[in-house]
Amino acid sequence: MAKFTLQVNGQSRTVDVAPDTPLLWVLRDHLDLVGTKYGCGIGQCRACTVHLGGQPVQACQTPVSGIGRRAVVTIEGLSADGSHPLQKAWCELDVAQCGYCQAGQLMTAAALLTDNPAPTDDDIDNAMAGNLCRCGTYLRIRAGIHHAAELLAAGTKPEAAK
Amino acid sequence: MIPCENLPTRSALDRRDFLRLSALAGGGLVLGSFLKFAGTTEAAEISKTAPQGDFTPSAFIRLGLDGSITLIAPRPDSGQGIKTSLPMILAEELEVPWTAVTVQMGDLNAAYGSQTSGGSTSTPTFYLQLRQLGTAARLMLIDAAAQTWGVPSSECFAEAAHVHHRASGKSIPYRDLVARAAALPVPEAKSVVLKDPKDFKLLGQRVSGVDNGKIVTGQSLYGIDFKLPGLVYAVFEKCPVFGGKVVSANLDRIKALPGIKDAFILEGTSDIRGLVPGVAILADSTWSAFSARRQLKVTWDEGSHANDSWAQFTVEAQKMAAEGKGKVIRQDGDIDKAFASASKVVEAAYSYPFISHANLEPQNCTAHVTGDRAEIWAPTQNPSAGAGIIASTLGIPKENIIFHILRSGGGFGRRLSADFVIEAAAIAQKAGVPVKLTWSREDDLRHDHYRPGGFHFLKGAVDFAGKISAWRNHSVFFGGGLSPDEFPNRFVPNLLGLSSTIENGVPMGPWRAPGSCVFAFVYQSFIDELAHAAGRDPLAVRLELLGDKDEVPGTGERGQPYNAARMKGVVKLVAEKAGWGKKLPRGQGQGLAFHFSHRGYIAQVAEVTVSPAGDLKVDRVVCAADVGSQIVNLSGAENQVQGSIVDGLSAAWRQELNIERGRIVEGNFAEYQLLRSTDAPRKIEIHFLKSDNPPTGLGEPVLPPLAPAVANAIFAATGKRIRQLPFSKTDLSWS
Repeated sequence: MAKFTLQVNGQSRTVDVAPDTPLLWVLRDHLDLVGTKYGCGIGQCRACTVHLGGQPVQACQTPVSGIGRRAVVTIEGLSADGSHPLQKAWCELDVAQCGYCQAGQLMTAAALLTDNPAPTDDDIDNAMAGNLCRCGTYLRIRAGIHHAAELLAAGTKPEAAK
Repeated sequence: MIPCENLPTRSALDRRDFLRLSALAGGGLVLGSFLKFAGTTEAAEISKTAPQGDFTPSAFIRLGLDGSITLIAPRPDSGQGIKTSLPMILAEELEVPWTAVTVQMGDLNAAYGSQTSGGSTSTPTFYLQLRQLGTAARLMLIDAAAQTWGVPSSECFAEAAHVHHRASGKSIPYRDLVARAAALPVPEAKSVVLKDPKDFKLLGQRVSGVDNGKIVTGQSLYGIDFKLPGLVYAVFEKCPVFGGKVVSANLDRIKALPGIKDAFILEGTSDIRGLVPGVAILADSTWSAFSARRQLKVTWDEGSHANDSWAQFTVEAQKMAAEGKGKVIRQDGDIDKAFASASKVVEAAYSYPFISHANLEPQNCTAHVTGDRAEIWAPTQNPSAGAGIIASTLGIPKENIIFHILRSGGGFGRRLSADFVIEAAAIAQKAGVPVKLTWSREDDLRHDHYRPGGFHFLKGAVDFAGKISAWRNHSVFFGGGLSPDEFPNRFVPNLLGLSSTIENGVPMGPWRAPGSCVFAFVYQSFIDELAHAAGRDPLAVRLELLGDKDEVPGTGERGQPYNAARMKGVVKLVAEKAGWGKKLPRGQGQGLAFHFSHRGYIAQVAEVTVSPAGDLKVDRVVCAADVGSQIVNLSGAENQVQGSIVDGLSAAWRQELNIERGRIVEGNFAEYQLLRSTDAPRKIEIHFLKSDNPPTGLGEPVLPPLAPAVANAIFAATGKRIRQLPFSKTDLSWS
């Protein structure tokens, strides 16, 4: 066991865990941030996607000991109040079915929109190809990202997480 | 031992409510016994927990003195949308604005009737009942307002959680009527007149799922998210060979590992779908448990299925087919004569593998068992099965089991089983502390209750008029069976259906549209083969096959009628909407298929492009669906259709589980490949054909026609006939 101090959603959080503990389980079991989901444990489904230093990563493949001072943003920190254009678009378009993969989808999509605020269908399908949706909401995810891009273009800015 | 005094408690189920509900199920609306009031001795447990003075006209509705409107979602939601759509039905008749409604997931309680989410039954089971309950409550509120004003109820109407008096223009909010309404008698059944559907304001609209806000912000919602004070995290290692038992395990070594609280063997039972033998490891975190498990060494008695393999099953199936003996499922006309006088005879062997449900949320359950009491928190489709198996396996009386239903990260039939519930409860009983059991992905793929594989040996004929005249089907299964009414049975005059079963030890269970999900592929593909053999348009052959009768009766007492008119309706509609028969270049094709299951009549046209190298793209899927007179939630319904089409393609394209040395080979998503966004159909078009029939479910019936529609389109594009699932087994290259 060892102590690690992480910057999670703008807060400093200290945990005492085995150094090989994946960030996924640190978030879920130790920090009560259960929005980041376990699906496969091998980086194949990306239900556990979070942002690390601004980049989307698989939390199940990220040992706590390798994080250092890089900022971690999870679905709980994507916005303070569910106001990120993607979160709004997801609710408006009723994207989810079971919803289990959607935190990962949203985190990957958020990174895509940061890099490419007006993605094409192909841009979206390629960027999102790593994120499995067992229920098959891919068409609504695509529509949701387009809608969020429109909201962004219209000036809807997410309020930063506290 | 970890104390946990802070657990929520609630008294057990009220047996009397069960009797009332039984009466209801048997004889329609029994309002007097079904509706219950807060504060009376007849009140259901659920109403006892309501604040005093609230109006609780049934277990499903609670109107608070503070104006709050709480509607209960009775059945588990695993993505099919019923946590939203069922309360919508109540809200429509109750005349309350959807934005004012709070939906609460019901725990397991007999007051809610059957709480098993399966078989696409939720809409057909609840549609009328919930309309009646909403109406009865609305009538009571109208009566309360009429009394307040001293006017006849007939002069009043309800709208937007207010009762209005037509003549005077007065209105009064529901919250001010709660106390008076709660004291009124329940309306006579005959006075409960439902709305005219043309006056619906909410039903048929697009309504966003009630959990969406929590889903997009990552709040605790699913079974796997649940926590309790003093919770211990468990994993459970089972024998990789089905039916195997634990001989010994290095428990002392495991118990010495960091974070480990305990490790023990559970003897289990011989029920391969119940509590199977295994080794439990309990830890202070999920990762401690997962890590320790990597050090676990178990000696197994692998039992009698340690040499089973898919290769051996295939050989057995072929042998059974060659012998030509099987149980006769159906025999019509004179099949030998029809083959002898045929213009064309086609023989083909079809097969499909075992596949997994692969719920993205692995199976899990939290349990706390103390003495003869248990409290359970489970992502389940079937809470009563969970309570039942705890009672029968652990000897805990059912009335001592409190069962909380949490959202499931996917169901598809997997969570109708309760193996993960009994595992958690058995571990928790032995541990004496609250336990959350979490399966790894590998557990999930290797210990599923699988969709069975199967083999079909088909021989069909077309006569000199180009009509399908004979159909012989020898099905070789692993369990389950074949209905004598499975299409095209009843529609081909000369027909023989045979069935054989391969002895095996694989645990199997319902997978989205059980049976139908594979039969449609086989039969709708083979019909296509016969149409092409006859040199005819597959659409014309299908319409001819459906015949000129509107309805074909079922066989035997329990046989379901087949409404050929409804099917022809969706087939014609889909052909029209898809532009069936349009000229396409080589490498592109259209395929058509239809299927009736779960009360729904569905037809689909798929359009594909196959590159000369054999790369498949599904460009467009057009779907026509007749699921009755009313769509409840248009957004949810369209989501189910899209999802079924993507799921159908996902299952058909690459999913297969191999069995070698009695164990499932594939363990995770690197080997077991679900469809990704890049392979999803680019366009899905949905047309609901409203018919004068009761509204029925959409979780399942849209899936079966997808695989044959795509396979038939691939044939049209390339001339390659797919007779084996997954598609990826067939080389689709062409030149």
